Amino acid sequence: MERKGRKRRRLCGGIADVDIVKVMSELSTRHLLGIKDLTAQDIHLIFDTADNFKEVINRPIKKVPSLRDITIANIFFENSTRTKLSFELAQKRLSADVINFSASQSSVKKGETLLDTVNNILSMKVDMVVMRHPNPGAPHFLSKHVDVSIVNAGDGAHEHPTQALLDTYSIREKFGKVEGRKVVIVGDILHSRVALSNIFALQRLGAEVKVCGPLSLMPKHLGDLGVEVETDLRKALDWCEVANMLRVQNERLDRSYFPSTREYAQQFGLTGELLREMDKELVIMHPGPINRGVEISSEVADSDQSIILDQVENGVAVRMAVIYLLASKIKK
Amino acid sequence: MRSMRPKLLLNAKEIDILLHRLACQLLENHLDFSESVLIGLQPRGIYLAQRLQQILVDEYKVENVPLGALDITFYRDDFRRGDKPLVANQTQIDFLVEDKRVVFIDDVLYTGRSIRAALTAIQSFGRPTTVELLTLIDRRFSRHLPIQPTYRGRQVDAINRERVEVKWKEKDGKDAVYVVESQT
Repeated sequence: MERKGRKRRRLCGGIADVDIVKVMSELSTRHLLGIKDLTAQDIHLIFDTADNFKEVINRPIKKVPSLRDITIANIFFENSTRTKLSFELAQKRLSADVINFSASQSSVKKGETLLDTVNNILSMKVDMVVMRHPNPGAPHFLSKHVDVSIVNAGDGAHEHPTQALLDTYSIREKFGKVEGRKVVIVGDILHSRVALSNIFALQRLGAEVKVCGPLSLMPKHLGDLGVEVETDLRKALDWCEVANMLRVQNERLDRSYFPSTREYAQQFGLTGELLREMDKELVIMHPGPINRGVEISSEVADSDQSIILDQVENGVAVRMAVIYLLASKIKK
Repeated sequence: MRSMRPKLLLNAKEIDILLHRLACQLLENHLDFSESVLIGLQPRGIYLAQRLQQILVDEYKVENVPLGALDITFYRDDFRRGDKPLVANQTQIDFLVEDKRVVFIDDVLYTGRSIRAALTAIQSFGRPTTVELLTLIDRRFSRHLPIQPTYRGRQVDAINRERVEVKWKEKDGKDAVYVVESQT
């Protein structure tokens, strides 16, 4: 019955250990708006809880009754497949009641404001809202005006905290810990909420982060975050242990940021040929959806070095952990 | 309220005798354990379960005694009701309990609510033929639910203000069972 150090400590009695439990058993926040608001301890607590849920979702019956008195609204003002499915599955595996709302099929089209929409949903006695919105800060705005737990499922080009948590959780699973790992995030950093949340999460856990991509797709403030920009993919790959390949967000490109998709693929696309040239065991990640042949070739995406599908599996466990921990703070 | 000094209920020698008696009772009912599994309940039942497995294998030469650890945190009925959040422990059950004879093992049986949760939790691993309960200490007159142990080490009358603490050598330095007056 092998268990990890942290877990073993938690089992022990004694006064010092009780303190550890106290610090470690609760999140410091009642919303998950961004990684920026989380402490390293919060993230470790989410990871440890996700370990438990990962075991749960690999059982013959993958469901626990913890949240049977909790109702959660998933409000999506922007398209999503993976995130929405993953959240919904996580909620159902915790036995929560779930209602789904997509802006495209709703009264938002008739001119209703965000606050009115949400207040109407809340009057149906909802305990938690998971929201995706095209405007940065929308969940923060909501958290100040309604009395319910809010989980940010992506707000514009700002943050996507659960994606960053599942990415770093996958790195932790692969390497044992995140601290000291060298991670490069490749692609459209300017429009990517995944990149920003990942940078926050990796730095908080003590990893080294670089970003790589065309300069036109780099935001100005990167220097302030202590993140180095590398424009040569070869050099970046040479340095790193993990490469997180991002999609070019064509739907957010308001003008031309690079000459052509073909040229982008030639300079920043990860191919099997390039990987063989590197001659080392890189771990390849991608938050999805993949544009095969652009930022990543099929050969690489489907190779043994890719942990893309592990990320998706971990996404459910991590989201279960986040929802469980936030729900435990909802007053009865 | 001042807390009293802990009262020693069982010493190491007495615990050792009880463990051997319990192991023999298990042996009597389950023989070679080919269709039986021991499930220690997290966090404190696993030490008792490991001890019993050890005695069965080392002293009574049972070849294979399957042992798992079950955490019931996500099945408890007091989620969001206590002051402190519930912290989960590891569940490790590397076998299906379908058509097996399951023995739940916990150190103290008090209200019975943990066992109720464990009965729900074990269903996630299949449908056992039977479920039995082994407990080192059975606190009488304190049950909230109609649950009784199949095998009990020692029955104790303790008032609600008191707590029964089971200490194990491998974790707490020595084997002992105390009755302590709780601080609250």
